[in-house]
Amino acid sequence: MADSLQNPKPNVSAYYQTRAAHHAVVTSDWLAQAQAAVSIQTDDDSSGSDGRIAPVTGGKGYDKAFSVIDEFNSWRKQPDLAEAVAAIRALAAVIRASQATTMMELEIELKKASDSLKAWDSTSISLTAGCDLFMRYVTRTSALEYEDFNSARSRLIERAEKFGEISCKARRIIAMLCQDFIFDGCTILVHGFSRVVFEVLKTAAQNKKHFRVFCTEGRPDRTGLRLSNELAKLDVPVKLLIDSAVAYTMDEVDMVLVGADGIVESGGIINMMGTYQIALVSHSMNKPVYVAAESYKFARLYPLDQKDLGPALRTIDFGVPIPSKVEVEKSARDYTPPQYLTLLFTDLGVLTPSVVSDELIQLYL
Amino acid sequence: MDPRRSARTVSDPKVRQVGFFTPAAPPERSCSDPPRQQDLIQPQSPSSTQVNDHFRSGDSLSPVMIPPPPHHHSDTLHRTALQVTSPKTAFSYSARTVTIPTENDDVPSSLSPSRKVVAVKSPSSYPGVRASSVPASELTTVSVVNLPPGISEKAGGGASVEVQNDRPVRSKSLKEKTSKAERRAMQEAQRAAKAAAKAEGTKASSAATKVVTSANTKPSKAAKPSSQKNDGSQFAASEKKVGDRAPEKDRKKDAPHPRMQYDDTSRVEKAKKRAVVKQTEVRNRVELFRHLPQYEHGTQLPDLETKFFELDPMHPAVYKVGLQYLSGDIRGGNARCIAMFQAFKEAIKDYSTPPEKTLIRDLTARISSYVSFLIECRPLSVSMGNAIKFLKNQIAKLPLALSESEAKATLVSDIDRFINEKIIVAEKVIVKHAVTKIRDGDVLLTYGASSAVEMILLHAHELGKQFRVVVVDSRPKLEGQLLLRRLVRKGLSCTYTHVNAVSCIMQEVTRVFLGASSVLSNGTVYSRVGTACVAMVAHAFRVPVLVCCEAYKFHERVQLDSICFNELGNPDAISKVHGREDINYLDGFVNRENLQLLNLVYDATPSDYVSMIITDYGMIPPTSVPVIVREYRREHLWS
Repeated sequence: MADSLQNPKPNVSAYYQTRAAHHAVVTSDWLAQAQAAVSIQTDDDSSGSDGRIAPVTGGKGYDKAFSVIDEFNSWRKQPDLAEAVAAIRALAAVIRASQATTMMELEIELKKASDSLKAWDSTSISLTAGCDLFMRYVTRTSALEYEDFNSARSRLIERAEKFGEISCKARRIIAMLCQDFIFDGCTILVHGFSRVVFEVLKTAAQNKKHFRVFCTEGRPDRTGLRLSNELAKLDVPVKLLIDSAVAYTMDEVDMVLVGADGIVESGGIINMMGTYQIALVSHSMNKPVYVAAESYKFARLYPLDQKDLGPALRTIDFGVPIPSKVEVEKSARDYTPPQYLTLLFTDLGVLTPSVVSDELIQLYL
Repeated sequence: MDPRRSARTVSDPKVRQVGFFTPAAPPERSCSDPPRQQDLIQPQSPSSTQVNDHFRSGDSLSPVMIPPPPHHHSDTLHRTALQVTSPKTAFSYSARTVTIPTENDDVPSSLSPSRKVVAVKSPSSYPGVRASSVPASELTTVSVVNLPPGISEKAGGGASVEVQNDRPVRSKSLKEKTSKAERRAMQEAQRAAKAAAKAEGTKASSAATKVVTSANTKPSKAAKPSSQKNDGSQFAASEKKVGDRAPEKDRKKDAPHPRMQYDDTSRVEKAKKRAVVKQTEVRNRVELFRHLPQYEHGTQLPDLETKFFELDPMHPAVYKVGLQYLSGDIRGGNARCIAMFQAFKEAIKDYSTPPEKTLIRDLTARISSYVSFLIECRPLSVSMGNAIKFLKNQIAKLPLALSESEAKATLVSDIDRFINEKIIVAEKVIVKHAVTKIRDGDVLLTYGASSAVEMILLHAHELGKQFRVVVVDSRPKLEGQLLLRRLVRKGLSCTYTHVNAVSCIMQEVTRVFLGASSVLSNGTVYSRVGTACVAMVAHAFRVPVLVCCEAYKFHERVQLDSICFNELGNPDAISKVHGREDINYLDGFVNRENLQLLNLVYDATPSDYVSMIITDYGMIPPTSVPVIVREYRREHLWS
């Protein structure tokens, strides 16, 4: 049980472990099975967890911490669900299970739960952003001095639930916005497997647009292979490239479309390793770089360079044994500054990178 | 550009024509622009005589002088006509000038120049806030004023200052008594200034209106300063010098009010002394920066010091702060703002409402007069400007029902709260944000001596971070040495160099921290001269540039270059090296015609070179400055 408080593999970012786990799920056809499997597991987990069965003597805070992480984990396992949404759903569960009688008390509990979630995986930006967003919403609601505590509480729970729907809807909204930018006969370069980007391409295919997609291999996650699989099912012409072939093929590309793990205050994005490289190449060849991401990924970070990010490491399997004195660059993500990005497609609309800070100021200040 | 150049070569050098527009331009402009912008006129001595003739004839014939259509007459007449029409909306000091024609035949000629003076001043409310064109015109018109100083003095001094361009008004009120006329003139001025202020909507113009209000309280004396000022300028002095000097003075006075309204005889004497000194300075001014007041060091400080006990309307605390500004003892946006506010606090505490006056209006007027004095000592920084706006707002918001002591206590506590929230606590927040950007092994570069950057470096050092500091400095102020001393004393490892070497040292630098006097709406950073250089070199080496600036220094102005709004320092400081008497190559050369010394104090760094701005609202990109200005100016205390 202590493990659930700690990240089982501290050297590897939990966020990327999750992504890797998600990548194992082949298609959305499996989703129903996965959900069923997950819900059984949740029951198992909850029955196994001390927080649910054992008497309350353990201290409420401790129980809450347990259940928050577990909740979160259970939600996270659903491949279709975004991290931030899982976090918010977990926090909603905290509210539901909470026995606080005043807003302040509830807020304090939530803050503690949110902090423990953030501490559990400090590398996930969307998790942090989602938690912050929800906490911000809670603070604002409580500041309004609502009718009575119970109605305020139910409103918060309602909002949290709705947030999950919003997330799915967000993907559809973004896909709709993107359609105008995909013209017939265009070539799109995609890097990494973003569910938002996949939604965009799926919608375009459904709208009978003729386009082709270049997928980078996306080592070491092999995201490119997965994406090409999915796209092939949709009858979209797909071409796989190794990561080094991006500059070689950039001439034929009309636009670059990537997702984002997080969007930072300067308007830049944090995404899978390799995004910065592709953005640099596209910028020098005057190709537009579009980012598709939901608005809850806006984070109050402001990296100045690559090293300014918290490290998010992952193991890389080269296929052959490496001598131990050879160092390996294990970082899983990089930061792309805003000057290399053209537009951001979010559920708030089509934005330029400088608008991100405006939104954050309005939200958080 | 060509017409300008040709005009300059043709014109009499004594009456300086300031760049940016041509003599031919004004006629078109008069048609299109609002009247207040018609100050683009550059009268010349020959033209002024024409003007005089024109006026004289016009005066006797018809009281209503409608500006002749632009294309009929010669250029000079155009100009004068324009001058005449320009202040129509602004001022109609009918009374004063009205009396003059009856006294003296020559007076009309003196009037016309003086008229131009007023015309000039109406629109401008704040040095540098206006486009350079307006100040330039002021310069030129003022030159005409000084043509017949003796006459204007004879005419009753004040009249020349209380220019009214509206001849119809003047002739109409020929018969009125001076005192009543003076009062009406005051009211007209106030109304006009208020209209101008509304049109502009800047803080400075509100200062102007307030100053007008203060002027109204003592109408009679206002006239004297101008006449004395004219006295001060030697009649025989070249018009060029006179023209230059007077515009500077006007510029300074323009900040609060279009005409010299200081009731303060001592300040007038000060202005006179300044005039005398400035005559030698003027020759060395760069054409491009004529719209800026030339900072005069020289004899002012000792004069002001001797007058310390003579200044009645001026509170001693404010006077002291003014002297400190003048001598350069207090420098830096935060320090100046705090010092000014402490002085104002003293003044408010000692203030008592005169009988028959409301506290709000009278106190505002009093504050405005203090501000004018401070402007004369040294032009306001943006931080001070915003702070004054806040204070005036607070005064205006005082409920009328408050007793005087309560009102004063409220104001004093408001000032304390402002200083605490916006400056002291804000710096702490900035430090908290900024230290997260300092990592072990960093080499940090800073330029000049910013209080915010100093606190950041010291705090990071206290937190135990391992880093080196490079302090870049520049003449003539050599402010970096102050910072360097404080850092070295605390044990930081520092490198010290001059700005000439910044491109060499930038290779090893990992971060650049800069302070700012202000950040403008388009993300431009307005800071000590040399900052732009450092930022550009850093950008070329791909080193991130972090600007640390409290949010109260943000301004909604937009500036594209360092020219239209700036401050000129003492040119002697660059021609001499303090402590090195052997570097005397320029001794005796400073008065030459073909040598111009330029000592700029500020420069503007474009937003492209700035990576991040750290404020008390967090770390924001330069593009988000207008968002902060928009969201928080509304909520908080000013505008």
